[in-house]
Formats: sequence, structure tokens, C-alpha cells
Amino acid sequence: MAATQEEIVAGLADIVNEIAGIPVEDVKLDKSFTDDLDVDSLSMVEVVVAAEERFDVKIPDEDVKNLKTVGDATDYILKHQA
Amino acid sequence: MAKIKPSKGAPYARILGVGGYRPTRVVPNEVILETIDSSDEWIRSRSGIETRHWASPEETVAAMSVEASGKAIADAGIEAAQIGAVVVSTVSHFSQTPAIATEIADRLGTDKAAAFDISAGCAGFGYGLTLAKGMVVEGSAEYVLVIGVERLSDLTDLEDRATAFLFGDGAGAVVVGPAKEPAIGPTVWGSEGDKSQTIKQTVSWDRFRSGDVSGLPVAADGTIKFPAITQEGQAVFRWAVFEMAKVAQQALDAAGITADDLDVFIPHQANVRIIDSMVKTLKLPEHVTVARDIRTTGNTSAASIPLAMERLLATGEAKSGDTALVIGFGAGLVYAATVVTLP
Ligand SMILES: CC(C)(COP(=O)(O)OP(=O)(O)OC[C@H]1O[C@@H](n2cnc3c(N)ncnc32)[C@H](O)[C@@H]1OP(=O)(O)O)[C@@H](O)C(=O)NCCC(=O)NCCS
Repeated sequence: MAATQEEIVAGLADIVNEIAGIPVEDVKLDKSFTDDLDVDSLSMVEVVVAAEERFDVKIPDEDVKNLKTVGDATDYILKHQA
Repeated sequence: MAKIKPSKGAPYARILGVGGYRPTRVVPNEVILETIDSSDEWIRSRSGIETRHWASPEETVAAMSVEASGKAIADAGIEAAQIGAVVVSTVSHFSQTPAIATEIADRLGTDKAAAFDISAGCAGFGYGLTLAKGMVVEGSAEYVLVIGVERLSDLTDLEDRATAFLFGDGAGAVVVGPAKEPAIGPTVWGSEGDKSQTIKQTVSWDRFRSGDVSGLPVAADGTIKFPAITQEGQAVFRWAVFEMAKVAQQALDAAGITADDLDVFIPHQANVRIIDSMVKTLKLPEHVTVARDIRTTGNTSAASIPLAMERLLATGEAKSGDTALVIGFGAGLVYAATVVTLP
């Protein structure tokens, strides 16, 4: 069953918490992964792979660059989830 | 039909000795910053690398190999003349013919040991180890010398931000010989040629023969650049972290052990971030010693695993008889993972 926007944000918050140690409540739609959440370009690859597994989506490398904020990632997953 | 006598090998094989050679010149990140726009902090946080060694003209592929091998042979407690085969894994020896292994075998004083080079990038050590184990068990050599050696500084584009800081030079060697108990587990290895373009040489050598230099990479000073290794960093990172963790797990399964049984983890020293991430994905317990030789050695491709092994044993972080998981992965893409007992 497809995840809702809320579920995706909550899922991303768990993932970012696990990978970068950022408190889940700080992970909000308008937050930038690199500037606000201490997720650098390599941690982002880890976030993406964890999100792929959790939400059953494929996020190719060339699309990862465009996912600057939690909102970008959430929209992408909403649109592409199986 | 004539009856052919079968060869007779040892019941099992093990690593009997290890040796390493690191070039004298230590290169800190400050030197890298002379040619790329970067920072010491960025290089450390993205790769873990603080310093690497770069070889001098005298520290050739053969010279470094002879040094490392001499130590491995002494560590194994055998004589060079007992070595039946010399396998050299390298991508940075610039004369294809003859193989550099023959010169090394001769300089070490082997008794006409079989000698050849292999090209398996950063998985080269594991490929060589697998061949060596096969030879010892099959009986074509009693002792096999496996060398991983690179002068990657010769294949580094110092103006390329993605790789200038990454590579280093050095040689690592092990002696593989007969054992009464299994001490080298089944190898899980393979290739993914569909990703052959993710790590590669910028320009093929034969482009230089044509005399047509159009389109060749040009340095800041206007000269045509020597071929170098380039990579799609993120694609390689993704593959290394997630696919290689699976391969590492398969090697544990194939050896019939779990992560709890491990004492040491020696992955190819590609990037400390890859190592940290693999440790997490594999859920390695706290008691497992993890090689992070990359910090002061950089990525030395085929040499990285034996160099890291030698360092862990020398510092006492690992000890003889420990159970170690070794995994190499890189250009090809190729990979090889095996559980071994440390010498
Ligand atoms: C090489 C590697 C460290 C590069 O990291 P990366 O995060 O992929 O780098 P990117 O090219 O995506 O760049 C990310 C950011 O860092 C910057 N950057 C790139 N190289 C930089 C450098 N040397 N110094 C400072 N900043 C750099 C980029 O400009 C970019 O900034 P931006 O987001 O503001 O645009 C990394 O991809 C890696 O290690 N991959 C595995 C490679 C490997 O181990 N290969 C050998 C296998 S055998």
C-alpha cells in the first residue's frame, strides 16, 4: 500500500536519525539535507538506499542531486512509489 | 588411452606470512590542496585520508614488491627458493611485456618459480589469494607468493577533485602454503561488467599512437594529460556500501561462521566512509577490529588489504590465528571476499 506524505516524512526522519543522528522532530519538509540535517553527499546516498528499501522506490543517482530538501524527497517518493 | 598421474597437493592452504612496503615520502593533504580547490577538512570527512605515501622514481613496482615480499617470506619462515609461483596483482606497472612478476621472482632468488601478473583492480589481492590457494591444494606449487602493488600516483590526475586526494602507492605481499586445517575459506567473487565504465582509465593507451590528440584531456599548463583513473564516485559508493556488504555476508556464510565469530575485518581501503557504512550494514559486533589503514595510506588498490593486514599485526591490534574477513572490490567492477586465518 502506498505511503502517505506523513508516513514518508516520518520514515525519512527515522532514516536521517539513524544515519546522521539528527532528532526525528527536526526532520521537516522545508529542511535541507546538507545545510540543516548534517547529511553530506555520501550520507545522502545512504539515506536514498534506505528510503528505496522502505518505500519500494528506485531513486537513480542522477535524480539524487535534485533531492535537496526533505520535501523534495517526499514528493519524489510519493510520485514514484510502487 | 594412457593413464595420467594426478598431481598431489596439500589438504588445505593458509597464509603463512605477510609483509608490506610503504614509500618513504609521506604526502599530507596540504600538498593535494596545491592542485585542487578543496580543504583538509573535506578530504578527511569524505574519505578519512590524512596522509598517503607517494613513490620516488627509485621505488618502482618491482622494488617495492621485492621489499614487501622479502618481509613476507621471512615472516613465513621459508626460503625464497621454496616458492613455486609468484602472482602479482597491479594496474600501475607500465610495461606490459614481460610480466613484472618474473623480474620480482628472479630478484627474490626463487628457483625458476612460475610467475605472472593479474589485473583485477582493487579486488586483485583476493583474486591472487584464490589462485594461490588453488595452486597449493592442487599441488602445482607448495608455496605461492601473492603480491598486491601499485604506484597509483602515476595514474592520478592531480587536477581532478574527485580522485586527486584518494590514491596512494605501496606494496603488500603474503606467502600462501600448505595447512592441516582449513585457513582460507571459500571465495565469493565475481564481476559486474555492466558497470565497467564507473571506474576506468581516462584515455586508452592506443589513442596516443594515432597521433590525433584532439579531445584528449589537457592540463592547466596546456600539456596533454597522461591517462589517469577516473570514477563515478557516488555510483561506486552506492555499489560498494550496499552490494559489497551482501558479498561480505555471503563469504561469512560460505565459511560457515557468523559476524560474532570474527576477530578482524579487513575491507579494501577505498574510503573510510565505505568501511564505516559496511560495518554498520553487516552489524559487526564491537569486538571486531576494523582496518582503517586508509587514513595514513590512502587507497592503494590491490596493495591495500595486505598492507592493512601487516599493519594490524605489527601494531598488535590483530594477532596471529585471528579470524579475518577480507573483501576487495573495484574497477571492473570486480569483487572477492574470503574468510582467512591471520598468519
Ligand atoms: C570520491 C568521493 C569522496 C566524492 O564524494 P561525493 O560526495 O561523491 O562528491 P560529489 O562529487 O558528489 O560532490 C559533493 C560536493 O562536494 C564538492 N566536492 C567534490 N570534490 C571535492 C573536493 N575534492 N574538495 C572539496 N569539495 C569537493 C562538490 O563540489 C559538491 O559540492 P556541492 O554539493 O556544493 O555541489 C566519493 O564519491 C567516494 O569516495 N566514492 C567512492 C569511490 C571509491 O572509493 N572508489 C574506489 C573504489 S576501488
